Amino acid sequence: MAETSVAHAHETHGQGDDPQLWEGAKEPFKASYGKLMMWYFLVSDAFTFAGFLIAYGALRFSMPTWPEPDFVFASFPFVKAHWPLVFVTFMTFVLIFSSVTMVRAVQEGHRENQRGVVFWMFLTILGGATFLGSQAYEWTTLIAAENMTVKQNPFGRHIADGIFLNEDGTEAKKPDGTPDTFHKGESYLLHMHPVRQSDGTMKDEFIQRKMKYTTGAYAGQTGIQELGPKAFGALFFFITGFHGFHVFSGVLFLSIIMINAASGLYAARKNGYEMVEKIGLYWHFVDLVWVFVFLVFYLL
Amino acid sequence: MAGHQTYEEQKALVFRGLMILGAVTIVEVVIALFAKGHIIPSIRFTEGFGHYLYMLLMIGFSLFKAYFIVFYFMHMAYEVRGLVLSVLLPTTLLIWAIIAFFQEGSSWGARRELIKEKNEEVAKPMPAGKPQGYLLPGVMKG
Repeated sequence: MAETSVAHAHETHGQGDDPQLWEGAKEPFKASYGKLMMWYFLVSDAFTFAGFLIAYGALRFSMPTWPEPDFVFASFPFVKAHWPLVFVTFMTFVLIFSSVTMVRAVQEGHRENQRGVVFWMFLTILGGATFLGSQAYEWTTLIAAENMTVKQNPFGRHIADGIFLNEDGTEAKKPDGTPDTFHKGESYLLHMHPVRQSDGTMKDEFIQRKMKYTTGAYAGQTGIQELGPKAFGALFFFITGFHGFHVFSGVLFLSIIMINAASGLYAARKNGYEMVEKIGLYWHFVDLVWVFVFLVFYLL
Repeated sequence: MAGHQTYEEQKALVFRGLMILGAVTIVEVVIALFAKGHIIPSIRFTEGFGHYLYMLLMIGFSLFKAYFIVFYFMHMAYEVRGLVLSVLLPTTLLIWAIIAFFQEGSSWGARRELIKEKNEEVAKPMPAGKPQGYLLPGVMKG
């Protein structure tokens, strides 16, 4: 369109009738449509995650006990050791590294360096896959070895001081002869053993010892060692699962965009690999959510 | 977009980001292990004022990591003011959500015994004689 006719259009019809504006000539917030919408999608996703994490907090406050994270999350692949929080710290570092490689991919995109984009995106995908593998290990240990599921949670904590009782109700002693006592706040994990049922079949059941509280409001009360709050298992698998699903879809989209970049599709667009920038926003968000999942589940 | 930075400056930012996020994470985990008595068993901050201090510190570190990721990795620091505000302002709603739902959870926890008691309560039998309440069949018929 010739310049004079544009000026004329301004005078008679106002800006809204400029055909170039309808083509997206003026970008709101100086960001492209795709990037802006990615930001607002992330805002809504942040609210979803915040809702879940706040639900975790509300349920935790409503329970008399809650499992201790440094007791629950202490296993490490290939070693039979109690290393609290070490493995999740490793997982956190995997995500930080993959975020850093993603920033590099976006920077190479701005320089229109196709090889750089593909190389750094490949490392990012590798990081995402490593994180998913680590999570698979964590879940497998919790489900198969420690019997935590969405419906049951064998991780508990004593709500007062007390002593374990024998089957006949007398006070139990440790092998060395001292009284078998426990203290308020101590964590325990209930184990499963096969027990013969009335119809002769064997079924795994939790071993729940008899016990008596000796201090506090519960002094003198007897009972059995209870399973921990059920909500813990449900919240853990649901929230880390939802985050893991974000990582999984992130890996899928990263792979698609890496292949597209390698094929020269984005080079032809000549827009500084904007698609890489958009998936980069999403990928950093996944890391951002992990910061809070890490805080709520493992640190507090 | 980080168009005003040179390529070398951008690469330096990435390295600095890695160092900052890694260092904060390590500090967080070391403080967590220390506060829970895994490093020196006799010292732990699991109750009272020390525990509150510990939690505040952890939340502070996490918010700093979030700030760094959003402003430098996601380039929020280089976006126009309107975009920054339209993304960040809505999240302040979460402050109210946290206050309201945590209050709800604590109140639920404090009334657990009462709720259990009420659930197990048995209704008193209806007193003999004239039935009360207008939804009862006798009353409806007049």
